[in-house]
Amino acid sequence: MTKARTNASASPAVGRNMIINGAMNVAQRATSVTGLGANASSLNIPTIDRWKTLLLGDGAGRFTMSQTSDGPNGISANCLKIDCTTADTSIATGERFDIFQLLEGQNVQRIGKGVAGAQQVTVSFYVKASGAFTFGLELFDNTNNRQITKLFNTTTDWVRHEIVFPADVDDGSSPLADSNASALQVGFWLHAGSTYTSGTLNTAAWNNYVNANRAAGIDSIYSSTDNNFFLTGVQLEVGPVATEFEQEDISTTLTKCQRYFQILAKHGLGSSGGNAMVGMAAMYNDTYLTCPLRFPVQMRTHGTLTSGSATGIFRFYRNNSNDVFDDFSTSSARTNYGIEVSNSTDMSGTAGHGGFIETKDAAAVLTIDAEL
Amino acid sequence: MDYSKGKYYNDPITGELAGIEIKDGGFKHSIPINEEDRHYAEILRQVDAGTITIEDAD
Repeated sequence: MTKARTNASASPAVGRNMIINGAMNVAQRATSVTGLGANASSLNIPTIDRWKTLLLGDGAGRFTMSQTSDGPNGISANCLKIDCTTADTSIATGERFDIFQLLEGQNVQRIGKGVAGAQQVTVSFYVKASGAFTFGLELFDNTNNRQITKLFNTTTDWVRHEIVFPADVDDGSSPLADSNASALQVGFWLHAGSTYTSGTLNTAAWNNYVNANRAAGIDSIYSSTDNNFFLTGVQLEVGPVATEFEQEDISTTLTKCQRYFQILAKHGLGSSGGNAMVGMAAMYNDTYLTCPLRFPVQMRTHGTLTSGSATGIFRFYRNNSNDVFDDFSTSSARTNYGIEVSNSTDMSGTAGHGGFIETKDAAAVLTIDAEL
Repeated sequence: MDYSKGKYYNDPITGELAGIEIKDGGFKHSIPINEEDRHYAEILRQVDAGTITIEDAD
């Protein structure tokens, strides 16, 4: 017997949430970072994977961002917390603070945005704060520079918001790019100067972006050091209905996050709480130590390698002895499935000696970043 | 990451251009010559804007 093949649902029972780490469960970089707010910390992912901050204007406001175990019961044990630590009540025109996630174009094609048959989408999320605030939820089309913002309110209790965004048929010529580049941005505006608030909120339909219309009507998280903001259970799905938050096991979420960022080694993650394995290595000649590493998850693109760098924080065990060195670099032989890490500045060994590398000091960390 | 500290570097074995290296705040960053990498894309943007220059490789 043969069965007729049916089209897959645009919003399937599993995998319908296009947001990654919406439950705020994965925080590979850090669980808490203080003193954020200056431009220098802009466009980073300080704590929870995939959630980026955009900070503009160099205002006075500062905050701590953390993964906090205070999520709504039955949804997630964890949430993202913003704690204002320095107020900013004199908001300059260009100031801006929003938290957002960038989505690859190839992961959002189900929306059909910008062409005939485009779908509505619904964003749902759980939010609470230290009081009653109005903030903005923006969808931004990075392929075509179009956007739409909806306002939402907070209380001191967890509230689930379910916000439906209209389809963007546009003129039929602006689909989201089907690639590994950023095509869609889901962002929460928490603070903005008049550059972004002086117009009329663009809230009814997608339009080519005008900065003044992006965040009109929002309050500021920086209005007092008493202010906190909590967020979790973020879901983006096709259609005009918010289904229940899609639960995901931690290994699935971690694997998704590792497409964008991976810890290759970190001191303290070893079983004894100290030295951590980096990998097998060999001396190519008497000064060049090479260590090829295969990633557990193929990454979005060839990424940036970051190595802790300080005197003698890594150790190469070989020939019943060991050598310490300061940091890693990488050759041109990098791919999205692996990388060769190396040191050619601190080593003095014997060509052909093989061995293994471990971390030696708390400053020893090795990461690869292919974030959008 | 302070992009103004960037310097091109070559692969010590092949001599090919390998990337841009930045030492900053106790870390060494090795950035690929890859416009899909967000750091390299930002460096290109700042170089084009005349904000920074990247030092040649040794």
